Amino acid sequence: MQVQAPVIAINNLTKTYEGGAGQVVALANVSLQIGAGEFISLIGPSGCGKSTLMRLIGDLTQPSAGSIAVKGKTPTCARRDRDYGIVFQAPVLYDWRTVQRNVELPLEIMGQPRSERARRSAEMLKLVGLSEFEQAYPRQLSGGMQQRVAIARALVFAPSILLMDEPFGALDELTRERMQGELLEIWARTNATVIFVTHSIPEAVFLSDRVVVMSPRPGRIEAIIPIDLPRPRDTLTREDPHFFALATEVRERLRHS
Amino acid sequence: MAVVQANLKQLSPAARGRAFAWRWGPALATLLLVLVLWEVGVRLFHVAVYLLPPPSLIGARLLERGSFLLGIGLYTFEEALWGFIIGCSLGAAVAVLSVRWRWIAHGLLPFAVASNAVPIIALAPLVGIWFGSTTQGSKIVIVAIMTFFPTLLNTYRGLLSPAPEALELMHSYAATSTQSFLKLRVPAALPFLFNALKISATLSIIGAIVSEFFGGPLKALGVYITSQAGIGHYAEAWAAIVVACGLGMAFYLVIVVAERLVMPWNTTGES
Amino acid sequence: MSDDLILLGHDVPAASRRVRPLLRESRTFAVITLVVVIVVLWESAKLLFHLPDRKLPHIGSILLEFGTRTQGGSGPYWGVLMLNNAAATLGEALTGFVLGGVLGCLLAVVFTASPLLERGLLPYVVGSQLVPILAIAPMVVIGMGHLGAPDWLSKAIIAAYLTFFPVTIGMLRGLRSAPPDSLPLMHSYAASSSQIFWKLRLPASLPYLFTALKIAATASIIGSIIGELPVGAARGIGVVVVNAAQYYNSRPQNLWAAVLVASLLGLCFYGAVVLAERLIVGPQAQT
Repeated sequence: MQVQAPVIAINNLTKTYEGGAGQVVALANVSLQIGAGEFISLIGPSGCGKSTLMRLIGDLTQPSAGSIAVKGKTPTCARRDRDYGIVFQAPVLYDWRTVQRNVELPLEIMGQPRSERARRSAEMLKLVGLSEFEQAYPRQLSGGMQQRVAIARALVFAPSILLMDEPFGALDELTRERMQGELLEIWARTNATVIFVTHSIPEAVFLSDRVVVMSPRPGRIEAIIPIDLPRPRDTLTREDPHFFALATEVRERLRHS
Repeated sequence: MAVVQANLKQLSPAARGRAFAWRWGPALATLLLVLVLWEVGVRLFHVAVYLLPPPSLIGARLLERGSFLLGIGLYTFEEALWGFIIGCSLGAAVAVLSVRWRWIAHGLLPFAVASNAVPIIALAPLVGIWFGSTTQGSKIVIVAIMTFFPTLLNTYRGLLSPAPEALELMHSYAATSTQSFLKLRVPAALPFLFNALKISATLSIIGAIVSEFFGGPLKALGVYITSQAGIGHYAEAWAAIVVACGLGMAFYLVIVVAERLVMPWNTTGES
Repeated sequence: MSDDLILLGHDVPAASRRVRPLLRESRTFAVITLVVVIVVLWESAKLLFHLPDRKLPHIGSILLEFGTRTQGGSGPYWGVLMLNNAAATLGEALTGFVLGGVLGCLLAVVFTASPLLERGLLPYVVGSQLVPILAIAPMVVIGMGHLGAPDWLSKAIIAAYLTFFPVTIGMLRGLRSAPPDSLPLMHSYAASSSQIFWKLRLPASLPYLFTALKIAATASIIGSIIGELPVGAARGIGVVVVNAAQYYNSRPQNLWAAVLVASLLGLCFYGAVVLAERLIVGPQAQT
């Protein structure tokens, strides 16, 4: 799968928390290589450490042992170089900013001039299909629209790595499938590497190049399943017998975990 | 709601007038009804004037002594305003410092809790000893103490209100702590701050009047109310209270208007 | 530490469970430290800035005041006198607190049962707060005095007026605070409306009720004290404070002692409500 050097190299990563009843091992000896431009899903039952793994990559929490190299740097360096775009389950938009100003936020932090910010945000809002809502406030948008703004905000500074923590988890099934299709279209136009945390099997199979199946107590990688469905994928992909076969395989591995 | 408000701006003047009447009509009608019932009731049952003077009598006193009453009202309002400015700005400033250095918050917490439980107004004679019992200074200090703690607590809560994810987002952009403070914590605290300002606006007027009950010059609203009630001039005292109500409501409305101007997202997003 | 917890938002429940007993010990410790710090600051400020007793008496002389007899040594102890007056104020406040509390709870229950009554009456309940009762207090006291009502009644009425509003609003919100699906659940058990009230609505409302009662406790004490200010009032801690202020030049420590008693009175009443909350609502009560 990986022709070039990996963009993210994870080696023997371990993360423990001090819990109320002693130590909790969230991740034990996890190793994983992720190639440039790859779409990776992390799937598993709650407590398997999939979010923790994503947060470790994104420098939102620190490992207890082991190492992560992102483009040959530590996660902290990568974060300072603005390599990460993050999308959470909640859109986490700032109520007091219009849609446009929400999307501009990262550029503002990075000190970009106003004209450049306006150009980039307009481009991104066009990409997610929200051009008419530039001047709206987040509270006036539906849940799906808010999450699209969050994706535009994550992509606006062209980060090389997109970290997504169950971004469609709060949406209804139909909106969810439409958003998955849109995400793939957006991803195709960027060169971003995506790490996508989910607990939905069809979602993982539909989106990913590889699905990483994780299991709990302690959190570890159970299996890595390559998804060789052709791209571009669309609604027909979901009806493909091979799609079902792959979903069944993921389900089997999850059951064994 | 948002759509209705947006459309309101495009309506014809006549339709806008109708919308305005629909919004405020019932409240005005109720007020008129209460005044009429009050007047009729007082006259019908021969209620003694020391219990409740009829509104017509209060209104007559208001007209007779309007400029005098407004003058003493403004004297007291000045105390309330300065106390409000000092108490609220100190409260907000200390809240900012408390977020930076948490031990300040932990040290002040017992006082903040106590301020909820202690009748601060009982401190008025002591403050009078320190700052002069007949000066405006002692009343300003009392109002400042009264408004300081609610503003501190609300602003502190507001500054800590952003969700962990919102802070992580800033972290992922490698934002400096000044940037996360100015672009995230401060705007998130604004609704909390304005809540405190609205509470403090009402509190400051009442606080100024009540601390004048403990002593002050004759040209102060609180002193005027007690002295007139003491010599049997009840309608005069009630007229002074009407002035106090008017000033209090005006102060409150100014804060509400400021809130709408500063936080347009809050009104347009209201449902 | 706390900064990290807030930043990461992880493992907070586990961590705070471990920290809580520690916190309680440290709170007692903090209060003691605070008292010591205040005493040290007080006395050193007096020393440093040469503050005369007229501005800032010694803490010792304030405390000694309680053990001094009134009327030049022939009357009762100041401590006893002040406690008696504080008890009178507490009696007025408590009467009003109970009256206002019962009225507020009744109104809230009636409003919950009848939306029609709520729509008709709630605006008046809210409108009642446009009347600044503390500013009108002198008139209430004098007016009731003319009517020949007992001295304590007017203060109790002011306290009740200040209590009933927060209790009505808090209780109303509390009675409606049951989780959205719990009502259909009770209906599915074919629960009677009194069962729904006693088993669902009332327990759900208690935390809200106590939040309102804590506000009302202080307000009713303030109301009683303000009611004691007009000339002619005979008893109450407000009277003691005003009298002490008049004789401040000859006995400065007396006013400080009176203000201390008034503050402690407020703290005790508030503390009693907090204690009742702990006992009735249980450990999940917020502090």
